[in-house]
Amino acid sequence: MNSSFALSSATFIYGLATVFYIGSFAFKQKKLATIGFLVLVTGMVFNTAGIGFRWIESYQMGFGRAPFTNMYESLVFFSWTMAVLYIFVELKYKEQGFGVLVSPLIFLSIAYASFDPGISSTINPLIPALKSNWLIAHVVTCFLGYAGFALAFGCSLMYLIKPGQASKDSIFSRLPDGEVIDELTYQMVVFGFLFLTIGIITGAVWANSAWGKYWSWDPKETWSLITWFVYAIFMHLRMMRGWHGKNLALVSIVGFMAVMFTYFGVNFLLSGLHSYG
Amino acid sequence: MKNQDTIPRQIWVFFCSVKLTVYILVLLAVTSIIGTVVLQNGSPQQYIDLYGKGMYNLIKVFHIDDMYHAWWFLFLLLLLCINLVVCSVERLSLIWKTIFPKQVRFHPDRFLKSTTKQTVTVEHNPDQIADSCETWLSRQAGPVIRQKDQNTTLLYAEKGRWTRLGVFVVHASVLLLLAGALVGAMFGFKASVRIDEGGQIRQVFAAKTREPISLDFAIKCNEFEVKFYNTGAPEEFRSNLTIIENGQESLTTDIRVNHPLRYKGINIFQSSYGTATPDAAVLSIVDNQTGDEITRTLQVGETITLPDDQGSFLLQGFLPHFDFRGHNLEETFFGKVSLAGEPEIQIGLPVKFPTFDKMRKGRFTFVIKDFEKRYYTGLQVTKDPGVWYVYAGFIMMILGCWITFFMSHQSYLVALQPMDEGGTCIHLAGRTNRSSQDMKRRLARMKTHLENQLKKV
Repeated sequence: MNSSFALSSATFIYGLATVFYIGSFAFKQKKLATIGFLVLVTGMVFNTAGIGFRWIESYQMGFGRAPFTNMYESLVFFSWTMAVLYIFVELKYKEQGFGVLVSPLIFLSIAYASFDPGISSTINPLIPALKSNWLIAHVVTCFLGYAGFALAFGCSLMYLIKPGQASKDSIFSRLPDGEVIDELTYQMVVFGFLFLTIGIITGAVWANSAWGKYWSWDPKETWSLITWFVYAIFMHLRMMRGWHGKNLALVSIVGFMAVMFTYFGVNFLLSGLHSYG
Repeated sequence: MKNQDTIPRQIWVFFCSVKLTVYILVLLAVTSIIGTVVLQNGSPQQYIDLYGKGMYNLIKVFHIDDMYHAWWFLFLLLLLCINLVVCSVERLSLIWKTIFPKQVRFHPDRFLKSTTKQTVTVEHNPDQIADSCETWLSRQAGPVIRQKDQNTTLLYAEKGRWTRLGVFVVHASVLLLLAGALVGAMFGFKASVRIDEGGQIRQVFAAKTREPISLDFAIKCNEFEVKFYNTGAPEEFRSNLTIIENGQESLTTDIRVNHPLRYKGINIFQSSYGTATPDAAVLSIVDNQTGDEITRTLQVGETITLPDDQGSFLLQGFLPHFDFRGHNLEETFFGKVSLAGEPEIQIGLPVKFPTFDKMRKGRFTFVIKDFEKRYYTGLQVTKDPGVWYVYAGFIMMILGCWITFFMSHQSYLVALQPMDEGGTCIHLAGRTNRSSQDMKRRLARMKTHLENQLKKV
């Protein structure tokens, strides 16, 4: 067993979980969602093992380092944070309905890491700028934040596709009620917002110890701030202006677009200090 | 009524609006995109090449070449601050009495009519279980207020009233952050400097203006070292620095990337490196007519006479990177050859390409045989007295977010109602200023817990 085997297995198992969740949604079979959940948990175990092995392998190669330092590793870790958060939410809220929208995201992230030839999976040693104790804190908090927003995005999409009055026979009747979705979206945004805030702050403290500036309007920094603004708007609209339902779901979707741009767009389209993932 | 408002009052009302907050945040988010797409702090020529003359004028007018410091962007931030202060003052004055009440009151009806109310029936009389219910409730939520309403015994307890202040902590942290940034911009500087190995400096150069800034001490670079991995990627940059203050060596230490030196409010960071201009080089001169070769050590700036009194050669200087027809020939010395009866010419002597000068097909061929390679270290030198306000703001923001999002003001009511047929009907209800779904789950858990407790009575 090594990291690449564990991560390939995780990709495959997440794909399988997605199939079960979609099957459960399409055929209105609660049982399939339960199987999907168990498969997803298995995938998460392999994903965890893969990250762990990669960490160990870097030590065996003579330069131990945390496995969160390039696009490949961040995508794998993004899948992991989304899977863990989703499993936690499904256990806590006893809602299986939105697995159909979240499991594809979990699968896509790790699959993209494996299948895009432009993304290298080799374990390289760290460049000097990344050798810092802040690395783990910064990456873990940022990706927990992203995962919260990804789940909020899943909830919001559900709000938009679900008709107001779903009849008992419609496939949409398997989705949770509007009120529950609304509440879950909010909880996920709150979780994401707290961790994005901590992520930006740890990044700023790190930048101050590496470059002597806690903020330099680098594109990555600026886009993370834009994302933070969008979700700050979300909070104010919900708590102070009483927004709910579809309109608020749209704000959450715009927020996730900003997250995606911060994550991929900045690296692929803009240049800056943050070129490693 | 509206027309009677005084102007200050109207201004206050204008700023006391969450709608305004949302508009400002939208504007900040949208305009911030510009600076990530348009080149920042470039030279005029770069802008003209990229966007054309007309666009450059537009960029200049709106300071888009440095948009995060442009007047209109700072103005938006100022608006946000005013809006935030006004909203917070207004809201705080409204809910002050809620947060710090003289006496805690509660309305049993509001609790008992709530949809999340839980009910338990037991065989005991209210009097038999009132005390154990009170103890139980006080363990769940704090001190209990006990009242009697006709036959019903009411037990009330609450916790987390202070958490209503959380949102003000978040807002105050934003002000603190911006204040810290302002202090840094007013009283701090960002500068950089290069020091050759063995050299020392007392002045650094401001990042934007390149104006010199004098330090209260000198920085000496004793040694610079760069290490590479087998892959060729850099592993470590390290400078050994000595601080010299009042002519005395006060501190010698290594700095690396991510491990700066902080000395008397000045921060010194490793940021770049390169090859320093050497003092001298070992030069070989081949006379292409006779085949004779002489080798001499020449100081930079020194002139020597060529063999047979044919002319002279001046070793002018050195470039760490020499760009020759699009190729980087790396470390290169420059010299001036003056031959009798010929115009002076300047030649480049790349260290890595010893046959380079041969291609010129001159009377003499010059080759750099050796030189003492020294590095310079590139340091970033900053002073930021505002950073501690910013860090305090960071801590406040995290705490404030935690309080606002994950803590809540919860109050609970237990009503013990005697039933006609004997026994007691216990109503358990709760209210919160946050998620009602959470409260619903919490009440369900508390009900089970209470039932288990009462079995012991």
